[in-house]
Amino acid sequence: MSTAASEAAGRLVRLAEADRAPLRFFLDGSERQALTGDTVLSAVLSVAPALRGSEFGPELRAGFCLMGACQDCWIWQEDGPRLRACSTPLAEGMRLLSDAPGEWP
Amino acid sequence: MSEAMRLQVVVVGAGPAGIRAAEILVGGGLRPIVIDEGERAGGQIYRRPPQGFTRPPEALYGSEAAKAVALHRSFDAMAAAGRLAHHPRSSVVAIAQGRLQVLDTEGSRWIAYDRLILATGAMDRIMPVPGWQSAGVYGLGAMQIALKAQGAALGRRLVLAGSGPLLTLLAVQLLKAGAQIAAVLDTTPMRQQLRGFTGLSARPLLALRGLMMRRRLAGLYHAGVRLERIEADERGPVAVLWRDEMGRSQRTACDAVGLGWHLRAETRLADLAGCDFAYDGTWRQWLPEADAMGRAGHGVYLAGDGLRILGADGAEIAGRLAAAACLQDLGLPGPDIAADRRRLARFGRFARGLAQAFPWPAETAASLPDETVICRCEGVTAAELRRAVDFGGGEVNRAKSLGRVGMGRCQGRYCELAAAEIVAGSAGLPCVAAAGRLRGQAPVRPAPIAALLQDTAAEG
Repeated sequence: MSTAASEAAGRLVRLAEADRAPLRFFLDGSERQALTGDTVLSAVLSVAPALRGSEFGPELRAGFCLMGACQDCWIWQEDGPRLRACSTPLAEGMRLLSDAPGEWP
Repeated sequence: MSEAMRLQVVVVGAGPAGIRAAEILVGGGLRPIVIDEGERAGGQIYRRPPQGFTRPPEALYGSEAAKAVALHRSFDAMAAAGRLAHHPRSSVVAIAQGRLQVLDTEGSRWIAYDRLILATGAMDRIMPVPGWQSAGVYGLGAMQIALKAQGAALGRRLVLAGSGPLLTLLAVQLLKAGAQIAAVLDTTPMRQQLRGFTGLSARPLLALRGLMMRRRLAGLYHAGVRLERIEADERGPVAVLWRDEMGRSQRTACDAVGLGWHLRAETRLADLAGCDFAYDGTWRQWLPEADAMGRAGHGVYLAGDGLRILGADGAEIAGRLAAAACLQDLGLPGPDIAADRRRLARFGRFARGLAQAFPWPAETAASLPDETVICRCEGVTAAELRRAVDFGGGEVNRAKSLGRVGMGRCQGRYCELAAAEIVAGSAGLPCVAAAGRLRGQAPVRPAPIAALLQDTAAEG
């Protein structure tokens, strides 16, 4: 968590283990900071209220089970396959998208 | 290589049941393959944070820390010594002709087995609440995983709702970690909770610990609640609307909601492996059939919460028994299991007590308002499901083909039980079992087309 503003935007509240080394990633093109050991889900939800929109309703999606059973938490990357955010560790420099990339049908 | 070493036993799942099963197999001279979706062995209850996290086991697992550490150590030692082959972050997605299709970060492949031990665990049993589709509504298990594995809460002001031992336990764990909880809403009235007491006395200390925990929640805990609606804006939940035991309307402001009514067994692989199922009236769910040791036929053995929801201690025993049965059937020497069998029977009584004390509110499901989203994956409402029943009759697989409930990407894991109650209620069936059981379909986890194509090419 770098700024008070991004904390207000995020859903996730860090209660412990907050002194891990910072890790940089990109969400919709802007640089964000998370911590080493974060899952993609933790990283994104620490700066945003959700991972993406729903394709079947007006609501947003932010994961549901966090154990790989519900498949609610997938998220796009600028390149490469979509990721199951709850079970994918964040990697330095990951470029994630909360909306479908341009060429998505 | 000895004769026994050539026999391939595969264990799916590395929670308490899978780890203890692997131990017994190793003790019998086998070198099992252990396939698990987690990064590190432990399962959900004893899930470990990633490397580099520093909270001690006591902070992560409380009174169960010693058990967690013992399991982790045992597994890590076997893996380090090469006495088992560990496949972490790997999902079994299909079973056919004595082989498992396994997806990992590299793609898909098939692994053959002589014997298969399924220790696939359980997940939150969910009752849809109007508004539960909004972002920021989670399973109780999800909130526990966020706390345990990431040191985080999934909101600033939480409402936990449902019924079952995890409701109280999680509330206490979150409060201790510094989270803010606005309310703990239990749909079971206190008098019903006391009815399970005879069974709960099979493990008096555990029952007592639960009661002590409840006291620490003081004014936050409400029993006999009726959940009416989760009010949400575009960001997620803003409040839970509920009625208290006296029927008075209440509104609790929050920004995240955890839901869970005890557990439901993860049985998709047992289904694909050809196991028989029976409807269990106590748990109000279909469970696979096995003998007292976990033998399910076809060279398949079942253990842990995926067979009977006995919790972590019961899972350790069931894992040992299933592996002992496997060794016995292979003609290999195994451990003495008399004491384990006695303990398992006692744990079974306790578990049935829990099921009675914290029942699934079936009548709530059957009477959910028409506008309630039942399938969270695809936003299918109760009205649409009821229309599918009017058109196609009261059978869950038909209702799925016509109404898509159960066809989304969770494959019905979170909507199936409530949907079955609605189907049975809507068709006027005498009991929910009469609506049938949703058949499992491979792949049991979504698989990228590329992995399946690559696999077809390799099979060529």
